Amino acid sequence: MADSNKMTIILFSGEMDKALAAFTLATTAASMGIKVSIFFTFWGLSVLRNGGMLAKKANFLQKMFGFLNRGTKESLPLTKFNFAGAGPEMMKLLMKQKKMASLPELFKLSRELDVKFIACTTSCNVMGLDREALVPEVDEMAGAATYLGEAKESNINLFV
Amino acid sequence: MEGIQPNQTLDCVGLYCPVPIIKTTKKIKEMKSGEVLEVEADDEGILNDMPAWCKTTGNIYEGGEKAADGIVKVYVRKA
Repeated sequence: MADSNKMTIILFSGEMDKALAAFTLATTAASMGIKVSIFFTFWGLSVLRNGGMLAKKANFLQKMFGFLNRGTKESLPLTKFNFAGAGPEMMKLLMKQKKMASLPELFKLSRELDVKFIACTTSCNVMGLDREALVPEVDEMAGAATYLGEAKESNINLFV
Repeated sequence: MEGIQPNQTLDCVGLYCPVPIIKTTKKIKEMKSGEVLEVEADDEGILNDMPAWCKTTGNIYEGGEKAADGIVKVYVRKA
């Protein structure tokens, strides 16, 4: 049975705008008493990367890939108007002027509200990431079955 | 609002969704059942968001109003 008090979000994208949308909904749902899990997969893992580290056993290709995809939650690109990083900096400045919560702030808030973070192990393996390469806040390293198990019990399931 | 005596006030002027709702959640946790929280904001979306938050969390929405200066006040009674 779906539990009206549970919600899952798959964060597949690694752009700041999309991550902001996911974290806005996660923190709001959690403050409404809804149990929230975010399943970070593929580009979405950038939000969890610990200062651009890779797994110690990452091979050459993974290191190359990690270098090209070197964002963390503090330095993600935008979906549009990225302009080699100028866009996100303008966006952050605008958000600060307007006193909007930044992604790192929403990330911290979501932890205070007990939002669960699950990192997709398959994507981690492909990208040369392991538990040590991710921030300490990650609750679980898991796969599709874990996500589907949670999604089946939830009645709000979003893919961002 | 006539007749409502807030026990506490939360200043959310200048803050955008979802921060006022999250601040309300934290504040309500510290309050006693039956007490009323007044939330001041200038993001008028709160006039829709606060009743929705109350409906989901079981707290009581006592109403809200928008003043001429654009400041919105909403009232939540802790269940």
